[in-house]
Amino acid sequence: MTAINGTENEPVLHVHELAFSYPDGRPALRGVTLHVDAGEKVALVGPNGAGKSTLMLHFNGILKGGAGRIRVDGMDVAKENLGVIRAKVGLVFQNPDDQLFSTTVFDDVAFGPLHMGLPEVEVRRRVQRALDLVGIADFASRMPHHLSVGERKRVAIATVLAMDPSILVLDEPTAGVDPRGRRGLITLLRELDATMLVSTHDMALVAELFGRTIVLDGGRVVADGPTGEIMADQALLERHGLEAP
Amino acid sequence: MLTSILRSPLAAPQQLHIPDGFLSAPVAILAWIVTMAFIVAAVRRSSQTFDERLVPLMGVLAAFIFAAQAFNFPVAGGTSGHFLGGALAAILLGPWPALLVMTAVIGLQGLIFQDGGLLAMGANIFVMGIVTVWTGYFGYQALQRVNRYAAGFTAGWLSVVLAAVVTAFMLALSGTASLGVVLTAMAGVHMLIGVGEGLITAAALALVKAALPGMFGEQVTGRKSDAGTIIAGGVVLALVVGIVAVFFASPSPDGLERVAEDKGFIEAAQAAPFEIIPDYVAPGIANETLAGVLAVVLGTLLLFAVGYGIARALRRRNHRLAETPVEVDQ
Amino acid sequence: MHINVLDQFKSGDSPIHRLDPRVKLVGALAFILAAALTPDGAWLAFLALFVLWLALVLMADVPPGLLLRRGLAALPFAAAAVTVLFTLPGQALLTVQVPLFGWQLTISDAGLVRFVTILLKSGVSVLMATLLAATTTFPDLLRAMRGIGIPKVLVGTIAFMYRYIFVLADEALTMLRARDARSAAGPAGQKGGGTVFWRARIVGGMVGSLFVRSLARSERVYQAMASRGYAGELRWLDKPRSQTMDIVWLAVLVLVLLLIQLWARLIT
Ligand SMILES: Nc1ncnc2c1ncn2[C@@H]1O[C@H](COP(=O)(O)OP(=O)(O)O)[C@@H](O)[C@H]1O
Ligand SMILES: [Mg+2]
Repeated sequence: MTAINGTENEPVLHVHELAFSYPDGRPALRGVTLHVDAGEKVALVGPNGAGKSTLMLHFNGILKGGAGRIRVDGMDVAKENLGVIRAKVGLVFQNPDDQLFSTTVFDDVAFGPLHMGLPEVEVRRRVQRALDLVGIADFASRMPHHLSVGERKRVAIATVLAMDPSILVLDEPTAGVDPRGRRGLITLLRELDATMLVSTHDMALVAELFGRTIVLDGGRVVADGPTGEIMADQALLERHGLEAP
Repeated sequence: MLTSILRSPLAAPQQLHIPDGFLSAPVAILAWIVTMAFIVAAVRRSSQTFDERLVPLMGVLAAFIFAAQAFNFPVAGGTSGHFLGGALAAILLGPWPALLVMTAVIGLQGLIFQDGGLLAMGANIFVMGIVTVWTGYFGYQALQRVNRYAAGFTAGWLSVVLAAVVTAFMLALSGTASLGVVLTAMAGVHMLIGVGEGLITAAALALVKAALPGMFGEQVTGRKSDAGTIIAGGVVLALVVGIVAVFFASPSPDGLERVAEDKGFIEAAQAAPFEIIPDYVAPGIANETLAGVLAVVLGTLLLFAVGYGIARALRRRNHRLAETPVEVDQ
Repeated sequence: MHINVLDQFKSGDSPIHRLDPRVKLVGALAFILAAALTPDGAWLAFLALFVLWLALVLMADVPPGLLLRRGLAALPFAAAAVTVLFTLPGQALLTVQVPLFGWQLTISDAGLVRFVTILLKSGVSVLMATLLAATTTFPDLLRAMRGIGIPKVLVGTIAFMYRYIFVLADEALTMLRARDARSAAGPAGQKGGGTVFWRARIVGGMVGSLFVRSLARSERVYQAMASRGYAGELRWLDKPRSQTMDIVWLAVLVLVLLLIQLWARLIT
């Protein structure tokens, strides 16, 4: 799950001067530049409406049409590469009820590999491995609506792990999860050996898991550095509606 | 908890979900064949309109109709206003996608809840899908220039009443009921139930219009000459079918004399489950001949509506929804 | 959270549960078609169909009482068939007085036979549909639908619908609770506050906002699908299934149904 195709110094994810407005004309991103290197676990924090979700939807070309440039594993996010890009960027949506649209857990986790065109044996192998990785190996035949929110989040993560992505992109993974479920997710994210970019309001989670933090507000990157330094900057946090844990 | 909301409308099956056993095999199979042809056309047309968004859109909206059918509200004297949704779906999505949505709803209701039969499913989709969708669509299109909400009300009301009429026809053709009686009873009851459908349809349109003004862009209208031809053809076809249907439905002259008495009976029978105000009398139909005439007229209206709706839909390839920007709250 | 009471039996392990779902679906349809084709008054044929159903139920190890109760669901619809009692020509059996209206209604023998036949047809058909639903998981039903040639788009729509019923029903329930908390309306059947128009507007508003939310949700679902490589064509992995035994099952069932049909025509 690390960059294979990238050249030595190429970051897994590279965003350059990305700007975007929704059809109603309101700008949501105003020139975002950031990069994530192979093996890094990075937190993306910022108040509601900062543009985190909008930014993440650009990584695999779901949203496009604004200015700027994005590269994943050295490959431009452009129409002709979308098939490959979408396998490389494992995007987990905030609401698992949006992410899990199939009738069974198996079908949902198999969806990605199947639509990448993998053969059946490989699809089954990947489903099993992904479910093992998130610790719900025996859930395959369960129905998503029979699971707790925390379990659904795990399945949602499994759905993208099965695609063997170069980078995991998680949108507010602990939102709406009860304390026990949250604890389990933190353990899971810590143990997963993957490059990841995680958006969250959960500053305790940030402090615990991520060495580096990017602060986004008003569609701009307002800070990017070691988590310890950012947490220590009370003025910065207050200005952007955040609180140290 | 979930069960309570899902079961409440299902515990009292609506009159329009025909169970197996009430339709003769020929009627049920014929309905399946016609319905299948429509479904195949609906799949093709909707795929063109919505492309790769089709399945998630239709699936979630089918779940929406299913959930919306769980809303009910008291109308009068303990009668509940039920919601069927065919007309609203047709107005919001266009007839072909609406037919797909209704097909999924009716299919799931039959397969999982035994709400409506399996052999009778073709007929149920015909009645609650094809008939409601095209009468709703056409009714709205015809009146929307006058007033959008009056059009929505009429579309909803008409869709339920015509669906009831077609159901009555099918039951009569199957030899399950005599046409005059079942037509009077079904049409009468659903003229009342239809008020709920109409009101909900209109109010729902008002809310959607407020939230998504882009969905109600200017309509593309067909050329007059085309419409004229279609109307004429539809009327002729409808008259023929209507007359044949009446002819088939009353094979026994003996039946004719008893109808007046029976009518009283069915009204009494219907009064209990629907708790119509005691002195409510279905619009008077004195005898089977008159019922036949009414049937022809209504049948004409229906087929005309269906034909015209199809013709319009064929002409309008891209439906407005396809271009409507949708607010997505992540 | 189960969508209905039958859910608990779907995961059973019996010869019926293990049948190819296509065979179950086609078999159930054949059974219901046979019931529809059975002539009026062939009581023994209906008894035979019922016994066949009961045998399958016992094999499936599902409590017959529960299915029988579910089978009554279609009974209210019998009101629609009640007129055949009086309109079919035949020997007069019984004359009923309708006190409120002062009408005299005469039940004919042919009418009675037709009416009871319709009830029996409906009864055995609903029982078979209930057995199918009770012994087949939803993913298996989807597999069966794909297997008998129902368009992929439609099967996909039904699959997504099933998934999102639970989500939307929760949203609907929240709205209903909010309405009930705000309005003075009593439990169903009682007159609530406001006019019919007012109440309809409230419900219509809820329906409308549920639509708007559903539309937005469908877009997010589409985005989630596209993120995982979906480009317009739905794919499924279908479990390979043993064929011969299933075919034998279907053949035997159809044969039995044919025999019952022949017999029914001999005895009437
Ligand atoms: N589908 C949309 N259409 C129009 N505006 C949107 C849409 N989604 C988000 N926005 C707007 O874009 C901005 C950024 O939103 P978002 O990316 O969801 O922020 P975050 O995820 O950080 O809370 C907000 O002002 C929001 O209102
Ligand atoms: Mg967000």
